[in-house]
Amino acid sequence: MRISLTVNGKPVSGEVEPRTLLVEFLRNQLGLTGTHVGCDTSQCGCCVVHVDGESVKSCTMLAVQADGCSVTTIEGLAKDGELHPLQRAFNEHHGLQCGFCTPGMIMSAADLLQRNPDPTEHEVREWLEGNLCRCTGYHNIVKAILAAAQSMRAMAKAAE
Amino acid sequence: MYAFEYFRPTTLAEAAQLLASNPEAKLLAGGQTYIPTLKQRLAKPSAVIDLGRIAELRGIHEEAGGLTIGAMTRHAEVASSPLVKRVIPALAALAEGIGDPQVRNRGTLGGSIANNDPAADYPAAVLGLGATVRTSKGRAIAADDFFTGMFETALEPDEIVTAVHFPKPEKAAYAKFPNPASRYAIVGVFVAKTASGVRVAVTGAAPCVFRATAIEQALEQVWSEASIDGVTIDPTNLNSDIHAQADYRAHLVKVMAKRALRAAG
Repeated sequence: MRISLTVNGKPVSGEVEPRTLLVEFLRNQLGLTGTHVGCDTSQCGCCVVHVDGESVKSCTMLAVQADGCSVTTIEGLAKDGELHPLQRAFNEHHGLQCGFCTPGMIMSAADLLQRNPDPTEHEVREWLEGNLCRCTGYHNIVKAILAAAQSMRAMAKAAE
Repeated sequence: MYAFEYFRPTTLAEAAQLLASNPEAKLLAGGQTYIPTLKQRLAKPSAVIDLGRIAELRGIHEEAGGLTIGAMTRHAEVASSPLVKRVIPALAALAEGIGDPQVRNRGTLGGSIANNDPAADYPAAVLGLGATVRTSKGRAIAADDFFTGMFETALEPDEIVTAVHFPKPEKAAYAKFPNPASRYAIVGVFVAKTASGVRVAVTGAAPCVFRATAIEQALEQVWSEASIDGVTIDPTNLNSDIHAQADYRAHLVKVMAKRALRAAG
């Protein structure tokens, strides 16, 4: 089946079997290997991407279901060579150790911050229900997300 | 995953026709259970009929004082809907507690109840509120008749859930003891005071969602936590697994019923 979609702002198309997962299409056909496959059982959230602006697990969606949609992956977050505030905050606050879960953590957090620009620590922790990290104990991940939220609010205010 | 043919109808009529003419086909709603099932090769459909582009299956409307929710309405939409929060806040709260944000962004009401997972949340709300399940065959199936057994419903093989109508309760709430990993209910209890009496639906505890009639009768007498204390839940037909033994689940039914009662007010 031929599918056409927008990935990180660029139109792409490809030939896929109906059983191809969105994450397989992104990684294997488009070479966007920033989206990881951690558990393959819809639990870990390493594969989170945005489809039409909402975070989803790309290992639990068929590529054909994304036909005509707009997909954003971790590769699409930086703008004009500038890291996204979440990417910067994960760096600054050491929100990762091995880094495997990081793309999913950041894409999930980006969805949270677009819905709720000023989340409490509790809300951040609740939101990360679907993202598993085996190294950090989440502490610095939560810290990074709260810091990113603050800097994004400051940026939004400055732009007013 | 085994290979399958893929159809993406845009109308309910087209979907029903495809399902009728492909007896080995399966419907795909939000896919948060079915895609993992396919990945594990636990199912081998000849074709997958994706309901995701059928606009008439989506949406939340006020009807007869209650709510009618399209089968393909996602959990995140129910959880954040101002209309649901106003008319049946317990339903929005239940949807907010399903799985995780990414599951809620894809998973649907119709998919959840048609699958009838013994530990799913929505069956408790549908049964607890005495909702009505509407289908592509023009049937309106009462919740009491809809959930027939483990992963089994009153749906015919070529029948599609189109919407669920929830009457507005006087008061209602849902409390669950979630599995800490999956967020599925180890035990979840939906308590409602409705025009036709008290309804208490239990999910997670047994092979299929069921009404805890002993608790219902006790709450009919006196709407209080103390009434629940006096009830005995028989563990005989409850589930025992690595997460919880039957007697512990029986205990949790009362604890969750009390928590729900407290939340309902």
